[in-house]
Amino acid sequence: MAAAPAAIPTATAQWSETLPRRGRVGIMLLILTESVFFSIFVVAYVFYSGKSLTGPYPRDVLSPPILNTICLLSSSITIVLAIHALRANSLRAFATWWFVTFALGLEFMIGTAIEWHHLIYHDGLTIRTNLFGTTYYSLVGLHALHVTIGLMLILLVLILTMCGYMNERHVERTDVLSWYWHFVDAVWVVVFLTVYVVGR
Amino acid sequence: MAGTIDQQIALGAVDDAQTLPLLGKVHEWVVTVDHKRLGLMYIMGGLFFFLIAGLQAATIRLQLAIPDAGIVPPQVFNRLLTMHGTAMVFLVGMPILTGFFNYLVPLMIGARDLAFPRLNAFGFWLWFFGALLLYFSYVGGDGLYGAGSAPDVGWFAYAPLTELPFSRGNSTDYWILSIFLTSVGTTATAINIITSAFCMRCEGMTLSKMPVLVWLAVVVAFQMLVALPPLSAAQAMLLLDRFLGAHFFDTQAGGSAILWQHFFWIFGHPEVYILVIPAFAFASEIIPVFSRKVIFGYSVMVAASAAIAFVSLSVWAHHMFSVGMTPVGNSFFAASSMLVGVPTGIKIFNWLGTIWGGKLRFRVPMLFSLAFIFQFLVAGLTGIMLAVVPFDWQVTDTYFVVAHFHYVLVGAIIFMDFAAIYYWFPKATGRMLSDTLGKWHFWLFFIGFHLTFDTMHFAGLRGMPRRIYTYQPGRGLETLNFVESIGALFQGIAVLILVINIVRSLRSGERAGNDPWDAWTLEWSTTSPPPEYNFAETPKVLSRRPLWDLKHPEDPDWKYE
Repeated sequence: MAAAPAAIPTATAQWSETLPRRGRVGIMLLILTESVFFSIFVVAYVFYSGKSLTGPYPRDVLSPPILNTICLLSSSITIVLAIHALRANSLRAFATWWFVTFALGLEFMIGTAIEWHHLIYHDGLTIRTNLFGTTYYSLVGLHALHVTIGLMLILLVLILTMCGYMNERHVERTDVLSWYWHFVDAVWVVVFLTVYVVGR
Repeated sequence: MAGTIDQQIALGAVDDAQTLPLLGKVHEWVVTVDHKRLGLMYIMGGLFFFLIAGLQAATIRLQLAIPDAGIVPPQVFNRLLTMHGTAMVFLVGMPILTGFFNYLVPLMIGARDLAFPRLNAFGFWLWFFGALLLYFSYVGGDGLYGAGSAPDVGWFAYAPLTELPFSRGNSTDYWILSIFLTSVGTTATAINIITSAFCMRCEGMTLSKMPVLVWLAVVVAFQMLVALPPLSAAQAMLLLDRFLGAHFFDTQAGGSAILWQHFFWIFGHPEVYILVIPAFAFASEIIPVFSRKVIFGYSVMVAASAAIAFVSLSVWAHHMFSVGMTPVGNSFFAASSMLVGVPTGIKIFNWLGTIWGGKLRFRVPMLFSLAFIFQFLVAGLTGIMLAVVPFDWQVTDTYFVVAHFHYVLVGAIIFMDFAAIYYWFPKATGRMLSDTLGKWHFWLFFIGFHLTFDTMHFAGLRGMPRRIYTYQPGRGLETLNFVESIGALFQGIAVLILVINIVRSLRSGERAGNDPWDAWTLEWSTTSPPPEYNFAETPKVLSRRPLWDLKHPEDPDWKYE
């Protein structure tokens, strides 16, 4: 500190340890921008709720998908257990919990598909029927799109695990993926409350 | 080890370039993930579209130079103003600022590259092809219907004009998809810039020692992350309306045209600050160097920018006073809009404080910066006028508004873009731009700018509506419009001089050396142009002006910070 440097001095290794990790900052920023994207669709849903000129109305056709919700929310727990297992380098436990996470997410998508099939073919509600259909399919569909992307990424990791490429060095990246999954779950809580509780 | 691998790759590329000169070079640029090359590609792309959108503006001015001119028919005029506005915002303003941030942020924080180099390349190519998509609409936009070619719905594309029954053909779809893609690309860049500034700083550079430009880049990037999704979401809704028969903005099925306006301006107003805060950032680097003083009020400068960014998120409906909101709504948005004037005023006084008592060097970047301060002040003052609701009712959708926002977009942003080009060109290319040609460029552009946009205020106050393709004689608008068009000619010549200057300097410009301006931030410590790895050894800084410390060991900054 006393003598002024003659040339640009060079860094030491300890400094970079004090800075936050890139993956975490990056995924938090992605979550921030995605939250704004979702909130615009939520605003549109709330703004148009009760403004449909014709039926069917939410009260007539919607029933809260309780099983789906339980599955999706518990997948957040199983993914945490999977990461813990990976951190402890117990790959078998990781693979098991990771598979359970995937299965729970898949159940959610199947449940959504059944619900939509019923709405379309039994209740006659499509995206062009009325404002409720427009906002319902776009908001729930946007969330389902995010679940699908998450499932594809989870499946990718699952395949890599089965091929034996995963080990505890990948915990950082897997953790970042789990943050995205938690975000998708948190959005579902908002969507569920908006669509199936308040909006009904 | 990494260095040697890079060298091998670089050597391989050189071999390619020797065997296949052009193809090898193009291939090198296409596959690059280097922040400097991507930054330059952003800036070059932006300048390319600046020329095209500028020619469109020139055509508009030609049509309006005299009453009842028959140069372009009304439909073509609508396309011209839509494409000019859309392109200038998304294909010129945005890429030039992301390009400069791409180039400068890693160099200024002493890093090897941005945090996610491949994401950076991904963002650029999304932007690039999105941009091409917009102009491709001239060829492919009419779809099956034989309807209009390029988008003609105005740059804010109000509903329900954009709904399928009123916008036949595919031109509006091109507008939606093009802007959607460029927005995704910009989001990728924003994530990259913030992550780099938070996670990649060199040793000793705490957050409070980052150059002002890096701070403002972070502020802008946060604004991008918050302000772009509303536009993308609204565009997704519009696409659902147009292709799947949804009813978001379909007024006949209960949809709301006003909701589109809200969503658009929730994006649209912060967008103005996304574009202008980089101008602040350039000014905050250039003015101190050419005043030979440290920036006045570093922390206040950063805080004021963050305050502007924050307040600007709650002012959007001042674009909608004429819609007929409640008095409470009008008052809230009038008050919040005026509130922006406070941190903006702080910034202007800080720049004046930096200049005050300085040893000024009137080189080209400084000339543009001084004009910027003055013009941005005027733009801010007309902004305050427009925030007064009754006044806005009187002049909304007139040339007064056009004059106001061009004072911001040209008088502040384009002027500072030029300043930044003159200032950092030596770093990026190793050669200086000619000072003589630069001064011709500055004075012609300055005169042209004031001829065009000062007079627009008066045309607006006399009641000339915006977006009309012609006007009748005898309404007191002929002289004003003619002067505006003459000003456009001056600006066109000035931009031509810039192009000549750049081409000449690239061939035979004076060698710049590492540090032609005797500046203080880290990018001037490496060679011009910087090597692919930026710094041979990761630097370590002690103060906000590491190169000052280096050049003045007897009186370093870190003793006082």
